[in-house]
Amino acid sequence: MAGAEIRSKIASIKSTQKITKAMEMVSASKMRRAQERMRAARPYAERIRKVIGHIRLANPEFRHPFLVEREVKSVGIIVISADRGLCGSLNINGFKSTLSLVRELQQQGKEAHVALIGTKAQQFFRRLKLPIVASTTHLGDKPHLSALLGLITAMLDMYREGRIDRLVMVSNTFVNTMTQRPEQRQLLPAETLDASELQERWDYIYEPTAAELIDGYMMRYIESQVYQGVVENMACEQAARMVAMKSATDNAGKLIDELQLIYNKARQASITKEISEIVGGAAAV
Amino acid sequence: MANTIHVDIVSAEGEIFSGPAEMVFVPAVMGDIGIAPRHAPLLTALRAGEVRVKTPGGEEQLFWIGGGGVEIQPKMVTVLADTAARARDLDEAAALSAKQRAEEMLRDRTGAMEVAEAQAELARAAAQLKAIEKLRKMKGG
Repeated sequence: MAGAEIRSKIASIKSTQKITKAMEMVSASKMRRAQERMRAARPYAERIRKVIGHIRLANPEFRHPFLVEREVKSVGIIVISADRGLCGSLNINGFKSTLSLVRELQQQGKEAHVALIGTKAQQFFRRLKLPIVASTTHLGDKPHLSALLGLITAMLDMYREGRIDRLVMVSNTFVNTMTQRPEQRQLLPAETLDASELQERWDYIYEPTAAELIDGYMMRYIESQVYQGVVENMACEQAARMVAMKSATDNAGKLIDELQLIYNKARQASITKEISEIVGGAAAV
Repeated sequence: MANTIHVDIVSAEGEIFSGPAEMVFVPAVMGDIGIAPRHAPLLTALRAGEVRVKTPGGEEQLFWIGGGGVEIQPKMVTVLADTAARARDLDEAAALSAKQRAEEMLRDRTGAMEVAEAQAELARAAAQLKAIEKLRKMKGG
């Protein structure tokens, strides 16, 4: 019976191993696609950054509220997480980074308001006593900006109304397949190019006025930053899952080898026992 | 290639078009404009509508955009397209629903098991059932 038990255990580990192996391969291909999406989103943000730089250069007297530093009493934090688990410590690292930021703010007597992206962030932050401004989940493998707009608008409105004085985004950055690092990026007040970075010096014709244009560009700039954060976090998620699943597959392989050895030994022992019994029986006759 | 202008149509989600053109038409807020090579630098906002790109081969390509902006320089045009159709009140509605989701989530803070946990539980139960079935078969056979 011990033999049969070990055999069924081996079979169950083998089927688990098949699943983890499949998940590893799926994550590998999804990671590549997420990285492509990351690259594809970059030119848009770069362009807008340059355009905003030009507008600021040409209109130094004009100051958009998104560009002005003010005394910080309350901070908005956009937390980006994955929708699913099984990706190592990726999500929890992001949350730890967020919590240390929140603690730091609270020690300074500042408030923190959070906006959550992803199911995991929701599950984590609902247990805490932090004001949650907005949340969005189930973005899928191909996140769309439209799914994020509501959350971003809610945060931008709070900033405009003066209920938050700074907007920070916490998400994972993709260093390489093995390494992902949680990072806090300041979105507002925004840092844009300063004059020294712009080589070309000319001015545009503005239709309608520069002041009216910059508002639209500023909003789109923030939106594209958040979108990039989401896409990058997704690449991180897939990479982390790929690595986690690879080690799970390897561990399953080791376990199977060990069990196989035990099974063979048990089988050998029972055969030896049987033979010695037969021999003993024959000798008695 | 003096009589062409380089056109990039990009959105926050990726590149839509990139290549040379003889002429580009965009739906600007102050009225549609046609852009020929060596146009004066211009920055304007766009309405929702069609962007038409006349390629050097003489054919025309159409792109629908939900609004956005265009940056024009003498040798290049960059259309910053919005992928989502958007209006101020539409954004507001989305913001409201994001807020509501957060509130709903807080309301069932005390709710029973979370879906993910329940699913994991279910998967474990299913695996156990399968194992029991196998065991039964083995004993029977």
